[in-house]
Amino acid sequence: MSEHVNAVQPEPDMIQLLTPEGQRVEHPDYPLDITDDEIAALYRDLVLVRRIDTEAIALQRQGELGLWASLLGQEAAQIGAGRALRPHDMAFPSYREHGVAWCRGVDPLTLLGLFRGTNLGGFSPYEHNFNLYTIVIGAQTLHATGYAMGVVRDGAVGTGDPDRDTAVLAFFGDGASSQGDVNESFVFAAAGNLPVVFFCQNNQWAISEPVERQSRIPLFQRASGFGFPGVRIDGNDVLASLAVTRKALDDARNAQGPRLIEAFTYRMNAHTTSDDPTRYRLGAETETWKLRDPIARVKAYLVRNAQLPVDFFDDVEAESLRLAEHVRIGCRALPNPTPASPFDALFVDMPDEVREQRDEFVEFVASIEEAAEV
Amino acid sequence: MAELTYRDAIARGIAQEMARDDRVVLIGEDVAGSGGVFKTTVGLLDQFGPKRVIDTPISEQAILGAVMGAAMTGLRPVAEIMFSDFFAVCWDLVVNQMAKTRYMTNGQVALPLVVKSGNGGGLRFGAQHSQAIENWAMAVPGLKVVTPSTPEDVIGLMAAAVRDDDPVLFFEAKGLYPTKGEVPAGEIVDTLGTAKVRRAGTDATVLALGLMVPRAMQAADHLAGQGISVEVIDVRSLVPLDTATILGSVAKTGRLFTVEENPRLLGWGAEIVSIVAEESFWDLDAPIERITTPHIPLPSADSLEDLVLPSADSIAQTVEKALQA
Ligand SMILES: Cc1ncc(C[n+]2csc(CCOP(=O)(O)OP(=O)(O)O)c2C)c(N)n1
Repeated sequence: MSEHVNAVQPEPDMIQLLTPEGQRVEHPDYPLDITDDEIAALYRDLVLVRRIDTEAIALQRQGELGLWASLLGQEAAQIGAGRALRPHDMAFPSYREHGVAWCRGVDPLTLLGLFRGTNLGGFSPYEHNFNLYTIVIGAQTLHATGYAMGVVRDGAVGTGDPDRDTAVLAFFGDGASSQGDVNESFVFAAAGNLPVVFFCQNNQWAISEPVERQSRIPLFQRASGFGFPGVRIDGNDVLASLAVTRKALDDARNAQGPRLIEAFTYRMNAHTTSDDPTRYRLGAETETWKLRDPIARVKAYLVRNAQLPVDFFDDVEAESLRLAEHVRIGCRALPNPTPASPFDALFVDMPDEVREQRDEFVEFVASIEEAAEV
Repeated sequence: MAELTYRDAIARGIAQEMARDDRVVLIGEDVAGSGGVFKTTVGLLDQFGPKRVIDTPISEQAILGAVMGAAMTGLRPVAEIMFSDFFAVCWDLVVNQMAKTRYMTNGQVALPLVVKSGNGGGLRFGAQHSQAIENWAMAVPGLKVVTPSTPEDVIGLMAAAVRDDDPVLFFEAKGLYPTKGEVPAGEIVDTLGTAKVRRAGTDATVLALGLMVPRAMQAADHLAGQGISVEVIDVRSLVPLDTATILGSVAKTGRLFTVEENPRLLGWGAEIVSIVAEESFWDLDAPIERITTPHIPLPSADSLEDLVLPSADSIAQTVEKALQA
């Protein structure tokens, strides 16, 4: 017992499979059959996405990115959920889900375009079944709901064929839970018994507003009012996130209807690189949450329990440095958009008046470049 | 006189009105504890307390619905919609509710409220956080619409908006937040529906609003060097619109240019141009020109955003070319 005096207690009702000290615990509803090698693979994911985040913050400081929304502290929630998806499932992120993007196979450089301003996403959602980031809060939950309606119409739900049955995973934040869009998506999902899992990362803050500003009850309890189950997990526990999201996605694929998962976690960094959290929250709070670090507990578990190659941790570290270099070099090389691109990408069938404006603008830019050369 | 930034002027304008009238309250996302994401409400919570300066849940519909209800009880609320792009998620409250209430109650319920909002581009915020939407508001009967371009006007027009008995949409040019200007001490109260001649001239009239005003002024400086005398009018208020000042200037110069940040189709300039065409056609010496952003969403790339928005250079070039033709 004595070694646990400083143990951080889970919140009541919170599903946890790995304690902050790295102890594996069982939960009757969420048995998780997982090998140590698989846990090691999750560890690698966690370290790599944290490295992407660190590197992006550095790039922003150097003026290479206009902005960055850090995922620090939320790695476990995202990696668990991301690894629970099957390739043909669809994910609708908010704007902080770099970890989910990683699990979907999205090159981190693809995400940087938005934050560097060279594009506004610019990728195809179909390529990795990962939608563009959505910054107007909450809208993506409705898109996910509509996507799930399409899945149902395609008959890709409840067939029992694992390669066919499809689920949709929608991410949003505690602040977003107050949006009409999010609540209306709950209504639609419940009414249509749709295969959509709502994954709320309650990171305790919506810019400067604490979660108490949004809700008098734990957010997962909201689901019951809409008529579907909600659960709260320790969002800093990658195993809980994996097991619970896996189960929820299975239920959705099996035509059991929507689910809400509230991942109880913490935004360790500023809201974005242009925010200063010292204006509204105490450093002591952040210190407490450091004790629940999502990566340290996995490492503690692995060190104590797993038979890993001796170089395992060094190899992951080395890989993360290579990834950082890829991000650093690739960021600076992201292509600038051509003057015609905002026009060309706008319509399927470009109206003539827009075409005229495009040609005028392209000419105008060329004249400026010419003038700059002489 | 003291120098003040545009962003600090917003807080000062609101504070002036809150100190004068305890029916004035401020609500919005992040406006209280942190002083606003654009720091336009710094110090108001400390000065007026949590009953009058209120952080809300993240729901724009509820914010606007609530200020409408509050106004019905006799309060004179100021709400913030953080980015004006987010009017799109609560437009029902603006268009169908606020703007129609007085008409539908046969003039018996007025809504003396203000909705302030960061508007427009130039800051690399991209297509969904950079729109200049004052023309959306201008299109709705029942709304008043202002966009100040200097710190002094920010205070004076905020006071006028708060004291006005109709719903006023108060657009803050985000790109001007850090800019400074001289501001006199003491109470400042301006008048809605008045344009300002920022620079007198005889060869051409240039109309601008918000972020475009300093650019038009710079262009006029440059053109003065070429021997072209430009009159720059800061439109300031779209509803009510100071047509007298605009038509008077056109009568004097015979040439009209509008400088608009909004995408080209149906910008506010189009309305003014049609008024001039109807009322003052015979005063014109040549076709009117509208200088606008092309009809595209705003790109955020360094290499593009400044080029698609009207700039001092592009304004000067257009005016010069037209006058030499
Ligand atoms: C409709 C809308 N309103 C307001 C904003 C401004 N805004 C951006 S992020 C944010 C807070 C969101 O908090 P939360 O949902 O908890 O997500 P987190 O940033 O903590 O991941 C707000 C209010 C927005 N982008 N869209």
